[in-house]
Amino acid sequence: MQNIVIIGATSLIAVNCAEIWCTNSPITLHLVGRDYFRTQRIANDLKIKYTESVIHVHILNFNNYFDIEKWTNDFCTIIIPDIVLISHGVLHNQVECQNSLSLNFDSLFVNGISPVFFAEVFARHMEIINKGTIAIIGSVAGDIGRKSNYIYGSAKSLVSNYVHGLQHRLNSTNVKVVLIKPGPTKTPMTADLIENKLKLADVNLVAKDIVRGIAKGSSIVYTPSKWFFIMLLLKVLPKFLFYKLNI
Amino acid sequence: MKRNISSWGRLSSLMHNVHTINTPNQIKSVISNNKKGLCIGNGRSYGDICLNPLGNLWDTLNLNKFLYFDNLTGILICEPGVLLKDIQRVFIPLGWILAVSPGTQLITVGGAIANDIHGKNHHLYGSFGNHVLKLSIHRTNGEEIECSPDLNPNWFRATIGGMGLTGFITMVTIQLKRVPSPWIISENISFNNLNEYFELTKTLNNGWEHTVSWLDSTSRSGRGLYMRGNHSDAIKGPKPRNTKINFPFVPSFSLINKYNLNSLNSYLFHINKLKSRNNLVHYDSFFYPLDKILNWNYLYGKNGFYQYQFVVPMTFGQAAVKSILKIISKFKEGSFLTVLKSFGQIESIGMLSFPMYGITLALDFPNNGTNTLSMMNCFDDIVRDYGGRIYPAKDSRMPRELFESGYSQLNEFIQYRDPGITSGFSRRTMGF
Repeated sequence: MQNIVIIGATSLIAVNCAEIWCTNSPITLHLVGRDYFRTQRIANDLKIKYTESVIHVHILNFNNYFDIEKWTNDFCTIIIPDIVLISHGVLHNQVECQNSLSLNFDSLFVNGISPVFFAEVFARHMEIINKGTIAIIGSVAGDIGRKSNYIYGSAKSLVSNYVHGLQHRLNSTNVKVVLIKPGPTKTPMTADLIENKLKLADVNLVAKDIVRGIAKGSSIVYTPSKWFFIMLLLKVLPKFLFYKLNI
Repeated sequence: MKRNISSWGRLSSLMHNVHTINTPNQIKSVISNNKKGLCIGNGRSYGDICLNPLGNLWDTLNLNKFLYFDNLTGILICEPGVLLKDIQRVFIPLGWILAVSPGTQLITVGGAIANDIHGKNHHLYGSFGNHVLKLSIHRTNGEEIECSPDLNPNWFRATIGGMGLTGFITMVTIQLKRVPSPWIISENISFNNLNEYFELTKTLNNGWEHTVSWLDSTSRSGRGLYMRGNHSDAIKGPKPRNTKINFPFVPSFSLINKYNLNSLNSYLFHINKLKSRNNLVHYDSFFYPLDKILNWNYLYGKNGFYQYQFVVPMTFGQAAVKSILKIISKFKEGSFLTVLKSFGQIESIGMLSFPMYGITLALDFPNNGTNTLSMMNCFDDIVRDYGGRIYPAKDSRMPRELFESGYSQLNEFIQYRDPGITSGFSRRTMGF
């Protein structure tokens, strides 16, 4: 059975990926979360739905590099997973981030630094056994800074640059690193965006793209794929036009 | 977050303040904010029972987790936002099925309880509430109540079929039923008039778990198809068809209208008449044929459509259905999804449960304004005269006095309502 670790297991995208993996074949799934009751609730549900899979719950502080390193090292001494999906994140209000450095720090840490720390420690272990896949959920927001969410976007940009470097480092090994860039997706995190009439992607379709991208070992997965073209367009747009956009 | 919300009939699209509840521990803070609200599941009821225009709606769809299942007894504990589809998908392969399921599986458990929904096997299994073992309710004043047929039984009877008005259902325990396979052996039998139908159902329900009839509402005689099925113990059978048609847009007029209704009904009658006996079909196609077309409600155009479902005591069933068909023909309207069913004698648990021993007829009409409304006012007279009642889950216009006369336990129910909960339906028919 494949061993799969999901960091940030209560994220709706992660839950949907877990359901697809469990449907495809029995797996051993390690759900890593910050909140015991929320993570256990997801685990109970999966255990009832997929009786042939084995589900474990791990609770951890994601905001402390010492805890991340210790937990990941301890975990990898027992088993080095086939797949790690790093999916935790938080979407604070941009204006509130501008006015509060503590919120700003939280956004940069949870969305940027914390995922990188997890990936870094898992990469060490996978590199030694020359096997495994690390998938990190970045965002199309990391492609270009926009006034509506550049704090969140810069954290995701950090992830993007990090993955690029890690892919370079592990290029000669069998360890795959997959960067996933979802467009705005219908999850609790983006609930406020519906009010702005933004069309959000279906979380199940996004999860299908992620699972497929991980299976193929793709280096970057834009999901839905149209976001590749949208971001490309924004990147090549002359600045005087870009500044006129209210995005 | 402010959003325009429509129910399945799409008769209105009004602003609601929607609060999405993602985890059970958010329930208390969301519902205790001193502003009246209402739970919504998948929004599949047809009228205003799931709406609270210009007020709060508590979206429960993310409360969709299974909490406990015992494979030996078939007892399931789950959150209220679980879709019936997920229960069927997960537990039928394990040999357990929902004892009662309506014509769509795209509804939540909370919605099934709030409307005490019924299915094709009412004559043997009653309604959904007959298989609920326990409920946990959170009231807007912070009170938490557990109820079952034995524990706080009045709360239980008020909440089953209670339209979500007694409190926020936080946890549900239900009893699933053993099932040998995902397949059903089904038969279609055509009848040319209502006399034939009533003759058929007198005897043929015996030995058949699922029975329902489709009626050609454009034929004055009341011809139709009587469909029945039993669970099969086959080891192999047809796979469910996963292809789903998504109706992509809302046309400006109803695609089901007086110009094509005769031919559509005739086509449906003759094509199904030809279907052979003893068909082995997947439960998906037998129970939920309409779920294959996502957004099928768009077919009725931008003005939406009305559903009218009533039940009258068995003795008056034939007379009532005949009178209704006459009225439809008089008003030159027609219904496409006309469903006729004999309810059995199992008593419904809820104070406001719809099913009772008798004949129920469900009709749908494109919203043609005053003509459609006047026609339904005439239906009301028939239902009133024969001592029947209308199904609130499908209603958006019944007069208050008809609701009061149809539901004799209404006064008892009102003692259990949560004053912090209100809906379009409750304001229209109960005044709060």
